[in-house]
Amino acid sequence: MAKRDYSMLGPDARRAVETGLAAAEWYHTDVPRKEMKALMQRSDGPAIRDTIILFGAMILFAGVGIALWPSWWSAPFWLAYGVLFGSAMDSRWHECGHGTAFKTRHYNDWMYQIASFCMIRNPVTWRWSHTRHHTDTIIVGRDPEIVFMRPPELARIFANFFGIFDTINGVRRMLLNAAGKIHPEEATWIPETEQPKVIRVARIWLAVYLAVIGLALWMGSILPLMVIGLPRLYGAWHHVLTGLMQHGGLAENVIDHRLNSRTVYLNPISRFIYWNMNYHVEHHMFPMVPYHRLPDLHAAIKHDLPAPNRSFLDAYREMWPAIKRQLLNEDYFLKRELPPTAKPYREDFHVEALGQPAE
Amino acid sequence: MAQWIDACSTDDIEEEDLIRFDHAGRTFAIYHSPDGDFFCTDGLCTHEHVHLEDGLVMEYEIECPKHNATFDYRTGEAMRAPACVNLNTYKTKVEGGRVWIEV
Ligand code: FES
Repeated sequence: MAKRDYSMLGPDARRAVETGLAAAEWYHTDVPRKEMKALMQRSDGPAIRDTIILFGAMILFAGVGIALWPSWWSAPFWLAYGVLFGSAMDSRWHECGHGTAFKTRHYNDWMYQIASFCMIRNPVTWRWSHTRHHTDTIIVGRDPEIVFMRPPELARIFANFFGIFDTINGVRRMLLNAAGKIHPEEATWIPETEQPKVIRVARIWLAVYLAVIGLALWMGSILPLMVIGLPRLYGAWHHVLTGLMQHGGLAENVIDHRLNSRTVYLNPISRFIYWNMNYHVEHHMFPMVPYHRLPDLHAAIKHDLPAPNRSFLDAYREMWPAIKRQLLNEDYFLKRELPPTAKPYREDFHVEALGQPAE
Repeated sequence: MAQWIDACSTDDIEEEDLIRFDHAGRTFAIYHSPDGDFFCTDGLCTHEHVHLEDGLVMEYEIECPKHNATFDYRTGEAMRAPACVNLNTYKTKVEGGRVWIEV
């Protein structure tokens, strides 16, 4: 098989369009309309509760961190604050980007702007990139959010546990956009009418960062950056830990989320931070279902999905050997068994797209 | 020339819901609003042409099931990205318990 080209402008991108993989009709488990309507219903309550807890905890941890600064006793509080800033904001960015977390649109929009800032993801650019991730999930050359490219770039992925490359990219793009330019790849998925908004947001953010850096210089301390900016690095690990499980080691170029996404049962703290995105097959199949109903959706359709992984450890035990094999064999992927109650995978289509799966 | 088509019974659509209606090679979405009125738009989202039939009606908006774009189904106005283009709308009338659309 030819080497993969993950760029949005390369031969794989063209091939995906030619073969009908791009913008294809995806598999969905049958759910009666009445049941699905109930699952899709929006409410403000759960997200308001979670947001109060989130911001309350952030203020508390940062406050104690500042009070104890520069003693090492402040470290655990910064670590806790960092995870909320650099990881919980990832899932808030995600859910509010879909517009499903709150019922009230403005609440979603406000939270989306705050979370985008924390994650250094331009809210306009990334809204469109995530749209593409849902249209063409893990389709090579079409999905701009593929983390585990083949062969996997492990050094880069490990560095991202500390947000290194994500932050460098985020800052670079912010500077490019603030200079009035759009990256050519981004231009493939952001409509022209939206592009001025990308630039406006980048300029506002740059002003905020310059103010924080100015304050740090004036104080002669990195403390202001411990509150804004650096937590994107020292708090990123949890969102990377959860994010890698979403699609790692699974199939590319298929149109059935059961083949390319993973559901994992997690502890309640991680589920709070991750806003239930551990139900990832369910989220991709039915992105209209808000995060707080995903456990119910899971219960309704699990008969049609591969068995979920039981924990972080279980997921990584499954994923890691596959990732290692992909270092040597780019065509290798995990194809998980479906329960007897499930509708089978569409082998005809997928064998053509993938070659023979390696089991 | 526009003509009135008998699309469905008023009982076929729950309040705050929609159904799909296909006619002469075209596809439409017919909505039953919370105050009992009926409306009709093109069936396919203007973003990536996914059918709206599996979407969610909230008051006077329809949310697309694929990427959560929303439209005001009374006017067709695109309210939320990623949809940037409005939906076409069609006149409706109710006669004898039937919903008619003008297409
Ligand atoms: S197809 Fe409707 S929002 Fe994308």
